[in-house]
Parts: sequence; structure tokens; C-alpha cells
Amino acid sequence: MALTIASRELDGVTVLDLSGRITLGEGSVQLREAIRDLISKGMKNILLNMGDVNYIDSSGLGELVSAYTTAKNQGAALKLLSLTKKVKDVLQLTKLYTVFDIYDDEASAIASYK
Amino acid sequence: MEKPGTGRLQLALSSTMDSVAEIEAAAETLAANAGMDEDTRFGFTMAVREAAVNAVLHGNEYDPARKVNVRLENNGKSLIVSIADEGHGLDPNKIPDPLAPENLLRGTGRGIFLMRSFMDEVHFRESHPGTEVTLVKHLAPAAETS
Repeated sequence: MALTIASRELDGVTVLDLSGRITLGEGSVQLREAIRDLISKGMKNILLNMGDVNYIDSSGLGELVSAYTTAKNQGAALKLLSLTKKVKDVLQLTKLYTVFDIYDDEASAIASYK
Repeated sequence: MEKPGTGRLQLALSSTMDSVAEIEAAAETLAANAGMDEDTRFGFTMAVREAAVNAVLHGNEYDPARKVNVRLENNGKSLIVSIADEGHGLDPNKIPDPLAPENLLRGTGRGIFLMRSFMDEVHFRESHPGTEVTLVKHLAPAAETS
């Protein structure tokens, strides 16, 4: 299943609800373009809701890292919400779990930007 | 009598992302037929996908003239997947450690690490031209077909 991305605003935070797979050829490019679009519009608070992302490969991991560093370099903050077990396992395995700010519930994630 | 789930499948595929999906699906089927549990199957399939992506993208560089040759086998004790490309070759020792602090924020270089994490054995062989990677996952006693 390819990646679908829906955007919504909540208390000054742009939440991207992701659903599907973040992999080479399926979700990586969509995610990159969505993040670049937000940053080009001056959005500073970006939260990726990963609750429906059931698969990520090394390309997808690379894309998450690129999104994180691009946001940081532009003075924006990119955080992750609601990792599925499989995605969490892969992030822990690759030590990327320590790189990102990760939240289990949306209210705490939104509050963290204040 | 042949053990359930055992057997061998060989594929000669073009260098496209559709081929990656086909290899991934074949690996998923191989693991499911071997009775592998869901978590192990997830890792096995991911490792195979990473090898397939390497062959199509880094090895053959999407070149339609170059093939990806795949062999998937369940010998009753292990699942063995070999994926060979026709590219310029790969030295896995030159891939930086993706877990080193200075490499954590690199956008690439995690594929081989994931293969090694999820498989029991990973072997690279120069195949002139190209690289053949062989991935081996031993079946747990409960999943061994006997």
C-alpha cells in the first residue's frame, strides 16, 4: 500500500497523518515533498502521525532523517507521534529512536511545541 | 516424502521497482509457508527487500539491459535467498557503520545493516560482473518442517 498523507492544523502545529508504507518508490518521495512544502511555507511545528505506518525500509528511514535535519536547519521542529511496533523496532535497531522526539499521545506531542 | 514448505524458486527479473515488489512477495510467501512467526517473517522479508533494492538501484542502476537473478530456497533447515545483480560490484566493508554517532544522521547506508540484523548469515560474492548476496535465516525448531 502506497503512502497517503493528510494534513491538519492543531494549536499551531501542522500534523501530517501518514498511512501506508514509507519505502523507496512508494512513500519516500511523497513524504519529502510534503515536508519541503511545509517548510517552504514557513511552518515551524511539524508532527508526523505514524500511527498507520506499518512498514518502513532503509530508504524511508533515510527520508525521515533528511526531513528531520532539513526542518532543524530551517529552524523548524519535526517530531513523531504514535509509532507502530514494527516501525518502533526498526528505529530502535538503527538507533534513530534516540534522534527523534517521539510521543505516544497527540495531546502531549502538541503541548511539547509550546 | 518432501517436507512441507521446502523447495526452490528461481527468478530472472528486470531492474525495476516492480521486480523488488515481486521479490519481496516471494520472500513473504517463502517465510509464511515455512511457518515463520510474524515478527521473524517481517525481518526476513525486510532483509530480502533491502538486498533487492541494492541490486536494482545500486547494482544495476535501473538499467533495463541488466537482470536481477534471484533464488529462494527452503531446505527444511534454513531459508536461503540469493540475489545477484550485473552492476559494478560492491565492497560491503566500505559502507560506513550506520550506528556510529557521526553517521546517525546520514540519509543512506542502513540497508546492509538491516540485512545483517535480521538474518543469521549474510554473504557477499563478486560475480563478474556484479555482486551476489546470499541471505540465510535458520528456521526455529518449531518452524522446522519435520
